Amino acid sequence: MKVHVQTEVNGEAVEFLCDPTTTLLEVLRDNLGLRGSKEGCGTGDCGACSVELDGALACSCLILAAETQGRSVATIEGVATPEALHPLQSHLLKSAGLQCGVCTPGIVVAAKHLLEQDPNPTEEAVRYFLAGNLCRCTGYDKIIRAVLDAAAEMRGEAA
Amino acid sequence: MAKVHVPFDLRHLAEGAAVLEVQGACYRSLMAALQGRYPALEAALARDKAFVLDGEIIDTPLLEAVAPDSEVHFLPRIGGG
Amino acid sequence: MSEAMDFKVIGTRPIRPDGVDKVTGRASFGADFSLPGMLEGAVLRSPHAHARIKSINTDKALAAPGVKAVVTGADFPQVAAGAIEGGEGGGDFADLAGNVIARGKVRYHGHAVAAVAAQSRAQALAALALIEVEYEPLPAVLSLDAALAESAPLIDEGLMTSGLPEPAAAPSNLASVIEMGNGDLEAGFAEAALIIERRYQTPTVHQGYIEPHACVGRWGQDDQAMLWCCTQGAFDVRSMTAKVLGQPVGSLKVIPSEIGGGFGGKTTVYLEPLALQLSKKSGRPVRMVMTREEVFRATGPASAATIDLRMGFSSDGKITAAEAIMAYEAGAFPGSPVGPGTMCVFAPYRIANFRIKGMDVLVNKPKAAAYRAPGAPQALFATESAMDEAAQKLGIDPIELRLRNAVEEGDSAIYGPKFGPIGLRACLEAAAAHPHYTKAKDAGVGRGVAVGFWFNVGLQSSAEVHINEDGTVTVIEGNPDIGGSRASMALMAAETLGVPYESVRVVVADTETAGFSNVTGGSRVTFATGMAVVEASKDIIAQCCSRAASLWSTDEDMVEWRDGAVHPRPGVNVEATPLSLKDLAGQAGRMGGPLLGKASLNARGAGPGFSVNLCDALVDQETGQVQVKAFTAIQDAGKAIHPSYVEGQLQGGAVQGIGWALNEEYVYSPDGIMENAGFLDYRIPVASDLPMIETQIIEVPNPGHPYGVRGVGETPIVAPLAAVANAVSASAGVRMTELPLSPPRVLEALDQA
Repeated sequence: MKVHVQTEVNGEAVEFLCDPTTTLLEVLRDNLGLRGSKEGCGTGDCGACSVELDGALACSCLILAAETQGRSVATIEGVATPEALHPLQSHLLKSAGLQCGVCTPGIVVAAKHLLEQDPNPTEEAVRYFLAGNLCRCTGYDKIIRAVLDAAAEMRGEAA
Repeated sequence: MAKVHVPFDLRHLAEGAAVLEVQGACYRSLMAALQGRYPALEAALARDKAFVLDGEIIDTPLLEAVAPDSEVHFLPRIGGG
Repeated sequence: MSEAMDFKVIGTRPIRPDGVDKVTGRASFGADFSLPGMLEGAVLRSPHAHARIKSINTDKALAAPGVKAVVTGADFPQVAAGAIEGGEGGGDFADLAGNVIARGKVRYHGHAVAAVAAQSRAQALAALALIEVEYEPLPAVLSLDAALAESAPLIDEGLMTSGLPEPAAAPSNLASVIEMGNGDLEAGFAEAALIIERRYQTPTVHQGYIEPHACVGRWGQDDQAMLWCCTQGAFDVRSMTAKVLGQPVGSLKVIPSEIGGGFGGKTTVYLEPLALQLSKKSGRPVRMVMTREEVFRATGPASAATIDLRMGFSSDGKITAAEAIMAYEAGAFPGSPVGPGTMCVFAPYRIANFRIKGMDVLVNKPKAAAYRAPGAPQALFATESAMDEAAQKLGIDPIELRLRNAVEEGDSAIYGPKFGPIGLRACLEAAAAHPHYTKAKDAGVGRGVAVGFWFNVGLQSSAEVHINEDGTVTVIEGNPDIGGSRASMALMAAETLGVPYESVRVVVADTETAGFSNVTGGSRVTFATGMAVVEASKDIIAQCCSRAASLWSTDEDMVEWRDGAVHPRPGVNVEATPLSLKDLAGQAGRMGGPLLGKASLNARGAGPGFSVNLCDALVDQETGQVQVKAFTAIQDAGKAIHPSYVEGQLQGGAVQGIGWALNEEYVYSPDGIMENAGFLDYRIPVASDLPMIETQIIEVPNPGHPYGVRGVGETPIVAPLAAVANAVSASAGVRMTELPLSPPRVLEALDQA
């Protein structure tokens, strides 16, 4: 028996049918074609599928798609505007804060959430906030620097 | 003649020699000459070892020119990640 | 040579060509591809570490809802033994086929036994539960000691040890033996004022790439097949899959997706032959994606190793003799990287008297795969730990001790050939002068030093350079971009052609579009594929010079390429304005057709990479927890084409090495089941575990590359194991010889001290 779900993704109304056991990540990727969110583990340990649900940061592999009825989901696909990248995205590029790039969408979504809560985080705060986003390529150094630089730019300081 | 360094663990196939002087203008002729003298050694080298000519590892040798003063080594094959 | 070169774009830090795709989520990775009518595949895996398969009945699964095909080992041809070429030393096609799907016997927990394709993943998983397999469980062999014991159960009943002076008399779990040596070992030890003799052990670890293995396979009625997959080498996937399926190479097209990390672990095939066989049976495309648990249980761990080391030193710190007996776990099929391990173990040093023995040993664990400098981290963990202990006992600074023994250009490596220009001494001197090393340590902190080494390889590469009609450039190559290599290729093409970096786009093409290229691995892409890009660019330049000379009615040797344009040579009396790439591209149709440069080569002259790492660590005396307070990675890159991505390699390798040293290990139950097959329990380093990783790039140009490049991808993971262990040993006040240095192990050592 499928569930009919009406929800909002990146500001657009969407509806889909899903099994009660289907995760939000599966629906995003397979039903809605939004494949920027990645499955690295399926158990909430790696953060590659990070999204915001009603403004709260979450692993979409741990959310049932049916739970999103009447709520609002924000994914990596909604971060940049047609004109410009988000400062986090441009600083990740500038700092070479990605190598393979598979964790990058989750990092962008999580870091954006952090900077919305705390526009001036310390290095330590960034490290603890991103501790749920695994990156195996970079050793995190350039990611952390990119987040700090993006925060500075967003505060209007020279990064 | 080129100096062929016999791998430590294959010296028993070359009557204990550590270094052999071998005639051959390229890999193929060098190995042919080796085969004539120590067929078991040549077989083991061709099967199990990588060819190193004057310090350069050559993954798939055949026609590489070997100079009269060349130094030839054979190493365990190297994988890469 | 490149020291004298005045680079315009090489050495700058532009944004990578694929960057925007990767920060916006638009880049397509292995699991992101789909086809109309596609089925979902799933794999039935062995519940036993070692068992005979008595029977498999798939009838119920085939009849289950949505199921379109089931395959078992019986659906695959027997593959003859034969070495896999292309940098994957020790591999054999028959073993590869046996690892892809079990026949007769399962050799590890998680070994593939059957696979199902169904309309949905849920249906495929439900059908797996309906496959009836009757096993006869056998005792599992889980350690080197157990595998080499007199009456050990045999994992491969036909395995005869190779590399022995006399043919083996009976089968065993010892796949091969390698020995190296020189000088008079006992005389060397007799000279020694100090002998360090210890056993060093490292655990089974995983590469831990964030993207699980994934592919889509489509088989046609004409026996032409296509594969979309994440891999470090589309051509290797093609040759391996063709071999496992008994098909000609030309019948298979492999299209590499973006790749979410590999580190050596995506240089082989697991799912690809299964997906194609399921597609052949069902007549539909089949997608297969591993779960994280499957990645841990059934794909490439790095070998656990036990190394018995003995090193002798004179009172002034010269190594007088060294001996290493090295046993590496191959997993369930032969082919651990013990060979390179034996060559690396003493590679940084001049040693007249040495003996090294390496053993490749089967155990009932997944078949080991390459992991960044395969075999070297284990080896140099041992040597660099012993060097540290020797420095302490001799009262010599650890960097000074290494300088007294360091190999230099012209020295013969212990594995035979002479070194060309190498950067070990430069790295050691930079480390000694580095603020990290000269500043005082905080209270309780231990400081560790270690050296890293990797050969780097060359192998085969191809590249094409197409000049578009407006003078912009398209580079076509066949090496998946795993860490920014498109940027390096674009920089080298732009430098050679004298055009702006931004005008060059780089395409990683499929096996029917790009020329043959070996795997993205062995730290070879910027070196070897970069060399192909430079040569293909030079091919363009030659064509431009020829065309300009014709236009100017002069000879080709009367013109030259300078600053991105053809000029008459100085002193040549030709009335002509220089012709740029753009000028010639716009006229290409009138002058013989499009400008297309190409190169294919088997790259020689890979330059070995040396590194020195510094680590400050603090041990919590109450809990045994280790905190890395500071870490510095110094490495010779030959020439850094894009310094940010070189630094990234140093930082990423350092952190993988820190994980190997501190946290990571496969934990097995007594019956051979991995008990921590997930990122929660197999803990790779997270951002809050770490400090910034300082880097310093040393540039001792490699004469084997037009711009002096030596590979940088693998060396970074070699030194951290000992650098961390030496720092921990100093902080704890007790010598740590077994990794990982997890809190329980450190506490135990503190208690015993």
